[in-house]
Amino acid sequence: MRNDAWGEGNLRPRLMTISGLLAQCLNSLQYGLLLFLISSGLTLIFGVLGVINLAHGSLYMIGAYATFVVVRATGSLWIALPVAMLGGILLGGLLERYLFRHFYKREHLDQVLLTFALILLFEESRSLLVGNDFYSVPIPTALDFSIPIVEGFSYAAYRFVVIGVCLVLAAALFVWIERTKMGAIIRAAAEKPEMVDALGIDPRRVHMTVFAVGTALALTAGALNAPLSSVYPNMGDGLLIISFVVVVIGGLGSISGAFWSALLIGTIDTMGKAYAPKLSGLAIYLLMAIVLLWRPTGLFGQRT
Amino acid sequence: MIDVGNQTRLLPHSTAGWLALVAFAIFWAILPWFVPLYYIELGTSAMIAAMLALSMQLLVGATGLVSLGHGAFYGLAAYAVYLVSPENAAQPIWITLPIAMAVAGLAALAVGMFSLRTSGFFFLMVTLAFGQMIFFVFHDTKLGGGTDGAYLGKPLISAFGATLDLPRRQKPIGIYYVALIQLLSMYIGLAVLLRTLFGRALEGIRVNEHRMRAVGFDTFKIKLTAFTLAGALAGAAGHMWALHRGFVNPEIVGWHQSAEALLMILLGGLGSLHGPILGALALTGLSEVSQLLTERKLLVEGLVILAVVILLPKGLAGIRVRKDHAADGADHG
Repeated sequence: MRNDAWGEGNLRPRLMTISGLLAQCLNSLQYGLLLFLISSGLTLIFGVLGVINLAHGSLYMIGAYATFVVVRATGSLWIALPVAMLGGILLGGLLERYLFRHFYKREHLDQVLLTFALILLFEESRSLLVGNDFYSVPIPTALDFSIPIVEGFSYAAYRFVVIGVCLVLAAALFVWIERTKMGAIIRAAAEKPEMVDALGIDPRRVHMTVFAVGTALALTAGALNAPLSSVYPNMGDGLLIISFVVVVIGGLGSISGAFWSALLIGTIDTMGKAYAPKLSGLAIYLLMAIVLLWRPTGLFGQRT
Repeated sequence: MIDVGNQTRLLPHSTAGWLALVAFAIFWAILPWFVPLYYIELGTSAMIAAMLALSMQLLVGATGLVSLGHGAFYGLAAYAVYLVSPENAAQPIWITLPIAMAVAGLAALAVGMFSLRTSGFFFLMVTLAFGQMIFFVFHDTKLGGGTDGAYLGKPLISAFGATLDLPRRQKPIGIYYVALIQLLSMYIGLAVLLRTLFGRALEGIRVNEHRMRAVGFDTFKIKLTAFTLAGALAGAAGHMWALHRGFVNPEIVGWHQSAEALLMILLGGLGSLHGPILGALALTGLSEVSQLLTERKLLVEGLVILAVVILLPKGLAGIRVRKDHAADGADHG
């Protein structure tokens, strides 16, 4: 959301050069992949569980703050990342088991208010535990250098690591959903929940798994991005809205749709902020409006 | 669920119910004689919240549309007042109110044209996204003072060339009555509207939109009309905010406004037109008390919402908006 939060601000003087453009392309890729981690969890949870989770952005915030706390205590991001991931699975499992499970059949209004309450509670807990200050998370010293790409242009090594980790996670998610038995059940549960019931599969396990994975993806995104964006109150709010745009454009419940749409939005937002900062705030909403006129079910969603 | 005879679901079903509403209105009308100035101003804030929730009830309770962009029209109207009357150029209310309502209504028309092409989750997300777009316009540009907000000249209470010029200490009382008159007009206007064919059509869309389309109603047009009207009414509430506070900041455009209005509707009950008013008064009172007791107002609010949605699955009033009919057969466990 914020220019400097994504590290683009310092690149502005070099924008008009080829290397400047290259940097923006890599930034777009990195931001887009991060958006994918957040919005894939959202779209999975929508698709399979039929719940709208407004607190998804707060989960991202929790991942970032957890990383900050762990790095402050241990000095190592390599401990913080698995902590965020496993913590996300645990938190997601608990949220599903004790809260969301009871809301699948409730009205949208109840789901909206439940998850709105969670936002308030998460943010207030964060404020009680860590306070309301901005904090930065140091990039690990081993990665605190730049890799030369072409003559006169180099790119931060840590950003490459983020891109790499995101790609690995995205690939793992694809394989899990498309190639494993659990994935087949999840796809079936999204399309025909009554068939999953008829086959004698316990839907509760499917629901808990999907919610835990979605939550873990959001926390991991927060953890990965903490050294790049620093951590601050309500940092998930803006990302929640952008992830909604990603899901709307990608099509509800579609993982591959979320992937391409996240890269598209990441590119438009990053390039917009770099080359047309006055218009960039509106660009993604205009795109969403056009997509809604043209294909209300999203670019990659099923036609109805 | 479905009406029998000439009654309208959201309105009181008995003479006693109507009399209770009239008694309540009279109570609010004489309240300023008995309470200190601070509570008069608090009452005005509560009535503004009630107007916002009431305008939203036209979407949620009457039509079954849950929008998260409604607060943006409210905030947009307050900014419209700011733009036509900067700090040193107060305008009369008969100019600012129509402008604020028109701006909010037009914005709602534009947003509705896109977002009503979707339904369910998509509608929630799209209204939220467009609402935030309006938020970012005021947050990121200098149009309305940026992130810090700006002071504005409160509209002058005037009609037919005569301006009500109260001494400073009595101004809040004047504003209180302007809010009360607007709230009452909005309630009466909506009550009349719900009794017309248009109101019945909204009820039909809420219960079963497919069937309404099958019998020949252009449901998109009807929903768009309701969405636009609700936006304009939210604009009246936003105008009242500007008149009451004389200040705008991006926060009043944000989507938390919409969520709080939804909470008021849920607290007061989805099944009646006066429910949101009671919910707004209850929430304003609650947040006042929690502010006295603790620093953590939002924590209290979060816990209250959690308690309401968990412990009162049927809501306070019992009658609820139905979810997608597709979910009826499937058992999600």
